[in-house]
Amino acid sequence: MKVFRALLAGTLLCLSCAHGAELRIGLAADVTSMDPHFLNLAPNVNIGWHVFDALTHVDEDARLIPGLAVSWRAVDATTWEFKLRRGVRFHDGMELTAEDVAFSIERTLQVPNGQFRVFTRRIVAKESPDSYSLRLKTAAPYAMLPYDLNSVFIVSKRAAAGARPEDFDSGKAMIGTGPFRFLRFSRGDRVELARNEKYWGGASPWDQVAFRIVPTDPARLAGLLSGDLDLIEQVPTADLSRIRRDSRLESAQKVSWRTIFFHLDQRRERSPFRDLRVRRALSKAIDRQAIAERLMDGAAIPASNLVSPPVFGYAPDLKPEAYDPEGAKRLLAEAGYPDGFAMTLSAPNNRYVNDEQIAQAAAQMLARVGIRARVEALPINVYLSKGAAGQFAFAMLGWGSFSGDLALRALVATPDPSRGFGAFNWSGYSNPKVDALLEQAFATVGEQRREEIAREAMRAAMRDYAVIPLHHQVTTWAMRKPLAYAPRTDEFTFAHHVRAR
Amino acid sequence: MLTYIARRLMQSLAVLAIMSLLVFAGVYTIGNPIDILVNPQSDQSEIARATAALGLDRPLAEQYFVFLARAATGDLGNSFAFNVPAMGLILERMPATLELASAAMLIALALGIPLGLWAGIAPRSVAGRVITAGSILGFSLPTFWVGLMLIMVFSVWLGWLPTSGRGPTTSIAGIPVSFLSIEGLRHLVLPAANLALFNLSLITRLARSGAREAMQQDYVRFARAKGLSEGRVVGVHVLKNVLVPVVTVAGVEFGSVIAFAVVTESIFAWPGMGKLLIDSINVLDRPVIVGYLCIVVALFVAINLAVDLLASWLDPRVRLGAER
Repeated sequence: MKVFRALLAGTLLCLSCAHGAELRIGLAADVTSMDPHFLNLAPNVNIGWHVFDALTHVDEDARLIPGLAVSWRAVDATTWEFKLRRGVRFHDGMELTAEDVAFSIERTLQVPNGQFRVFTRRIVAKESPDSYSLRLKTAAPYAMLPYDLNSVFIVSKRAAAGARPEDFDSGKAMIGTGPFRFLRFSRGDRVELARNEKYWGGASPWDQVAFRIVPTDPARLAGLLSGDLDLIEQVPTADLSRIRRDSRLESAQKVSWRTIFFHLDQRRERSPFRDLRVRRALSKAIDRQAIAERLMDGAAIPASNLVSPPVFGYAPDLKPEAYDPEGAKRLLAEAGYPDGFAMTLSAPNNRYVNDEQIAQAAAQMLARVGIRARVEALPINVYLSKGAAGQFAFAMLGWGSFSGDLALRALVATPDPSRGFGAFNWSGYSNPKVDALLEQAFATVGEQRREEIAREAMRAAMRDYAVIPLHHQVTTWAMRKPLAYAPRTDEFTFAHHVRAR
Repeated sequence: MLTYIARRLMQSLAVLAIMSLLVFAGVYTIGNPIDILVNPQSDQSEIARATAALGLDRPLAEQYFVFLARAATGDLGNSFAFNVPAMGLILERMPATLELASAAMLIALALGIPLGLWAGIAPRSVAGRVITAGSILGFSLPTFWVGLMLIMVFSVWLGWLPTSGRGPTTSIAGIPVSFLSIEGLRHLVLPAANLALFNLSLITRLARSGAREAMQQDYVRFARAKGLSEGRVVGVHVLKNVLVPVVTVAGVEFGSVIAFAVVTESIFAWPGMGKLLIDSINVLDRPVIVGYLCIVVALFVAINLAVDLLASWLDPRVRLGAER
């Protein structure tokens, strides 16, 4: 009876539903904290970009553009100078000055268990000649600082001094310069924001935005179909055709910065992967086109690089390996494995789009050239620890980076804790030429020169099959007409970039 | 009686300690939370620093004793993923789960008892057969699938109810609840119905067999012979006897409804503590996992104790284990 009455009430209520200029967005993963300097998790950072700004921003192609800083330059080899945008006001009306920036940088180092110190710990001194300039000094030449500061949100010194994470969750310290003001955060359920009328980049068309957290894929899609949500992110590939058929819906796609690849173990003395011919054979044995078209329903681009095409340091002259099982067999025979060998192919089963299916498909393709691969798919929480411990022979990993040299440093550089090289180099691959080029890139301050060196390092690593790149994921957003979204390589869902056509 | 309760509480503490040790060791074996939560831009020194900051570089035994010492003062530690005290996090999400579970139990009882009585009194009628068949279906359909079907039918096709989320809440004594506003009720209906389905079937079947049995009893024949109306015979005399097993089972089932809420909460994006548990397992957020299980164990212990005490009070033949 209660159910029936509620149903009836619901029907009546919906007749008077009015939307106004409110935008309801379905997020695919949980937002854990409002504190902009705590965890560097995509959903948290996604919300952060609405309330806060950084000195430098990135555009849809993950290329650096001015943010709160209008310009920056290297004064000398170890000093970067940032000129702040004038007249920018925080949501509480106070003007942004270099003091707020210095405070924000300092705060990243002090938040307990905060993960943003990675981006600021190289700064050894800060000085501001006037309230609109800031000079940051590093101990050694460091070209990446403007990129690193893209990850450091600028908070108001007045509001955030002494603030604990709870003060951000409650909104007390959630004072930024971003396009939206913070209204409320209901953990596990939603985040609500309201337009910042005085945003320096132009006010958003939406009075209010509600980010609803709906991690179950079918439920998120159902929310869009029923009109509970206006826009959803991370549309599963299986539903793409359905969305394209539906005349009420629109979709937007963009190549993501996330590249899926395989690490090939080279730590073990007897690993066949120490032989370049074997690595090359395995690369030839995988039909990337088939995986991208059939398994991913077109939502993937076969990869030749460790970073996706728009990203800094992508080497466009490298082409994806052509599918060539005969060539693979020949190479294996030359390397002394005419009958192939048996191995375990490891992959996560709940992290990347269709990860386990891709692993199964790859194993079948490898079987055609005589490699008997047993697929072991694990939940990501188990998987990552095993990978970090070097327990895998042939392992899938996905990586998002907005610069090629950073991706190479983490994934293929010779592991060396003192230099911070190879932190995620699960395979133990080592190539002195790549290491030397990376050292050179990080010490080069000119952008163009640095990109050339980064490309050279990418070529050296890829031609040596340091890893086997598979594809770049393509991210899909779906929305109700007449909305339009400018899709982003960094996968973020920005309410201020949603327009009504 | 008091010694009995004291002994039960001591046993519960032992259960809690063993459970926390198992969970602690289990999560430790699965992996290192830092590997999941780490900022991908980190290098080795940063990963080592983060691991040490959470005390995860210490031997398991030492980590466990640090945890026990803190837990004795009521502090279960800060969540790795939320950076706030784990206990507060769980308690913050508890009302949502309790409300959902209560609504589900209410639906199960309010519909299950009359349906079961009807099927028990007229087992060969069409309605009786339909109810019996329906209850079998309710038992066998997976919650996950039913939940998605409910969303498809009532939200997407008919457009009557929202697909997911909790909607607006009203605060009673600082506790946020949904059932006081129409919009909140609309959000509650589908998840509660989904969660109720299993218990609805269970209670229907219990009431049905109870009623069938009672109808054969002498006291029902006497009541009829006395000339009582059929309504009074069923509504008072039969119902009373049917209720005894139903209430016992419903009490025990309430605990499992809270535990089973995990699936429903995930499908309907209901911000309860079951969803919190799943999210925490995904990132190996140990303080939250241990805290959640401690609370659930405490809850089960309390419910079982209450049920035992109630049973001995209702039926003096039941002895509380002490003297044999």
